[in-house]
Parts: sequence; structure tokens; C-alpha cells
Amino acid sequence: MSLFADAFAWIFSADRLTGSQPLPFTVGQHLYFTFVSVLVAAVIAIPVGWLIGHTGRGREVAVVLSGAARAVPSLGLVVLLVLLVGVVHKTAAAVVAFVLLAIPSILAGAYAGVRAVDRAVVDAARAVGMTPWQVFWTVEAPLGLPLLIGGLRSATLQVVATVTIGAYVGLGGLGFYILQGVPLRRFDQILGGSIVVVAVALVLDGVFALLQRVVVPHGVTAGRAALQDDSASRRRSTAGSAA
Amino acid sequence: MTWVLDNLGLITDLTVEHLRQSALPIVLGFLVSIPVGWAAFRYTAVRGPVLALVGLLYTIPSLGLFGLLAAALGISFLSETNLVVALTIYAVAIMTRSVADALDSVDRTVRDAATAMGYSPWRRFWTVELPLAGPVLLAGLRVTAVSTIALATVGILIGVENLGYLFTNGSQRRIVAEVLAGVVAVVLVAVVIDLLLVWVGRLVMPWLPRHSRRRAAARAARQAVAA
Repeated sequence: MSLFADAFAWIFSADRLTGSQPLPFTVGQHLYFTFVSVLVAAVIAIPVGWLIGHTGRGREVAVVLSGAARAVPSLGLVVLLVLLVGVVHKTAAAVVAFVLLAIPSILAGAYAGVRAVDRAVVDAARAVGMTPWQVFWTVEAPLGLPLLIGGLRSATLQVVATVTIGAYVGLGGLGFYILQGVPLRRFDQILGGSIVVVAVALVLDGVFALLQRVVVPHGVTAGRAALQDDSASRRRSTAGSAA
Repeated sequence: MTWVLDNLGLITDLTVEHLRQSALPIVLGFLVSIPVGWAAFRYTAVRGPVLALVGLLYTIPSLGLFGLLAAALGISFLSETNLVVALTIYAVAIMTRSVADALDSVDRTVRDAATAMGYSPWRRFWTVELPLAGPVLLAGLRVTAVSTIALATVGILIGVENLGYLFTNGSQRRIVAEVLAGVVAVVLVAVVIDLLLVWVGRLVMPWLPRHSRRRAAARAARQAVAA
């Protein structure tokens, strides 16, 4: 497999630390775009998802939104926003596209998490005299945490994949090496870039898998059970997302 | 709108190409995931590793997967084969989990009843378990089809022309209408295929009463929310 040997030689070459696009810088850039987009999407989607889950109102919106989102081609959305906003602000435009793509998974995770809480538990919390606010913060939100993190995980992986594609509009990120390698006919660079971006995605996925274990309050089994529940809906939200 | 009317021929050609490129991964993904999903459902020891593996496959960014596949399979990076193989891998990744879940959804007592009546495992699978798993299978297939159609557009970045061509061409020529037309066309194709699958589902599962169909739809909707 000399192709892979060449690719690793490319990755670990001293040249990767210099030039206009040093590898550590590009990895940082890729992660930066990902975190900013997921953060903004989370700030928007988590409260809305929680509200839908808590009140049960607007469920159809969540369903239709996440269904429709899957049909939207991410490359098309990025290019469209960059063209609309103007090339001068292409970074902002691309980040808006990433945010839009991240919102449905997070919204669904927040919503499904709250909905997955056993109604009897909520009734019990109410029966012991908790206010609606207390019911939400001390019962529904913690119990729904595993699914919420699952939603954040899907969203993050979707954005990592889309940032890669975003290199097409000159955004930088790890996709830059892959796309630049095509006209240069540098397969070591294409494969090297591919390996790095796949590694970044897998590491982030691992971090979230860990987070899912660590963040969940001790003794919370309902959320875990929901994760292992038979229904496709729940487990699927822990799976990643390709774009 | 004028741009669309002026380029209707191009859009039609690209749509046909797009459908041709997406069809094989969807069908292959379905066929491959039935035995794999069944193994995951049937053998507890297989389930964990298989579901973890398909989960990992699905986390791989498409552009990265193209690079890995080209090297691993010795195919050209810029080729339709590369796109079709990558899309098939994603389809299998989505569908395997659905197949395992669909078989899980079959009532255990029904399975036991079939066994008690003397059905062999083979016959039980084809005549009892698979048909009863139908609604959940269909939901999974719809998710797979829609995702594949949307994802296929990335093919243009490795030189495979389909509706994704409208994105790169529109970007180079700075024609907003062209890019927008591309996005709308992809969504429309996805919706049409989705409706087609629902219709086929009714055709092959005529025994489903209305309310059960609605239940299946609700299940599909739930799946849609969390996916």
C-alpha cells in the first residue's frame, strides 16, 4: 500500500508546518468553524427543542423540519448562501449554512430527550409539588440529556463533513488539501487530507461518546435505557451524519 | 424562473443522471443490509460490533471517504464508481440499523406462534418476520433514499456530473438562480422518490389497515425527528 505510505509521508512531512496552509492551522480552522457553528445552532435549537418537548406543542414543526433537512444538499446550501451574501462575507455566509444544517439534529435531540422522559416520572414530580420550572430543570432536562448530546453529536459530524465541502467556496479547512490536490494531480495530498479529516471526525465522535457517558447524572437510567431502546428513532440520534 | 425555463433541457438531463447514480446505491444498500441487519438482530454478539461499525462508517465525511476508497480499492478518485461505492456504504450504514430495528419491532409472540406451527426459520423469516417488519423497513428505506439523493450532489467535487453540477457551475458563473434551481430540483427529486416509496409500500403491504399505516407513518415521523 504505497499510496497510504505516500499519504502518511505527506501528513508528517516537515513541509506541513510551513507554507500558506500549515496542517495544524488548517485542523484548527476546521475545528473552529465546526465549534462556532454547532454552538450557534445549539443556542438557537436547544431552547426551542426543549419548549416543544415540554409543552408538546409544535411537534409537527420538529418532524417536518428534520425530515425536510435531510433532503437539502449541503453543498448547494453553502454555495447558495455564499452567492447571496456576497463573496466578501463568504465565511459568515458559510457559517450560516453550517448553522442551518446543524439545527435540525440538535432540535430533534432536545425535543426527543424531553419527550422520552417517562410521563409517570413527570407526573410524580408534579405530585410532590414541583413547579413547572422545577419539573423541567430538575427532571426533564437531565433525563433527556443523553438524547440531547446524541443530537449535538450528529450535528457536529454533519458540520465537520460540510466544512470539508466548504473548501469549494474557498473557506479553507481540511477539504482544501483534497480539492487542491485534484488539479495538481497530487494523490498523496488528496489521500493525506482525507485521512486527516476522517481522523478528526472519528476523534470528535469518540469525544461525544465519552461525553454521553460522563455528563449524564449518576443514577439516570431512563435516558440510557432510551438510548438502548428498541425504537429506531432513539438510537439513530446517536449515529453520526454524513454530508 | 427564466433561467430554469431557458435551461430545462440541462436540468432534465442532470435529473436523469442523478436518479441513475442514486438508484444503484439505494437498491444495493437495501439488499446488503437485509442479511447484515438480520445477523445483528439475531445474534447478540454480532449486534454491538456491527451497529458500532455502521455508526462509524456514517461519521466519515464524504470527501474523506472518496479519498480512502480510491486508495483502498485502486479506483480513480475522480470516477462515478467512487461516488456509487461511497453512497452505497452510507446507504448500508443507515439501512442496517433500520433492518435490525424493524425485525425487533415484530411481536415476539407472533414469532413464537409461527415456530409452534412448524415454520422453519427460513420460511418464518420470509413469510412472517419480514412482512411484519415491513412498515419500519419502509421508514428506513425512505430515510436512506432521501439522504442518498441529497448526498449524491457531492459527486460534482470528484467530477461526476449530476444535479450538483448546477451548484459548481452556478458558483463559477455567479448565477444565483442556477444554484437555487439545483437545490430545489434535488429536494423535489427526493420528495418524489419518497412518495413513490410510500406508494410502493402500500402496494406490497396491502394487508395493512389504515390505522396501522398511520402508526407506521407516526413511527417514520419519530424516526425522522431523531435521525
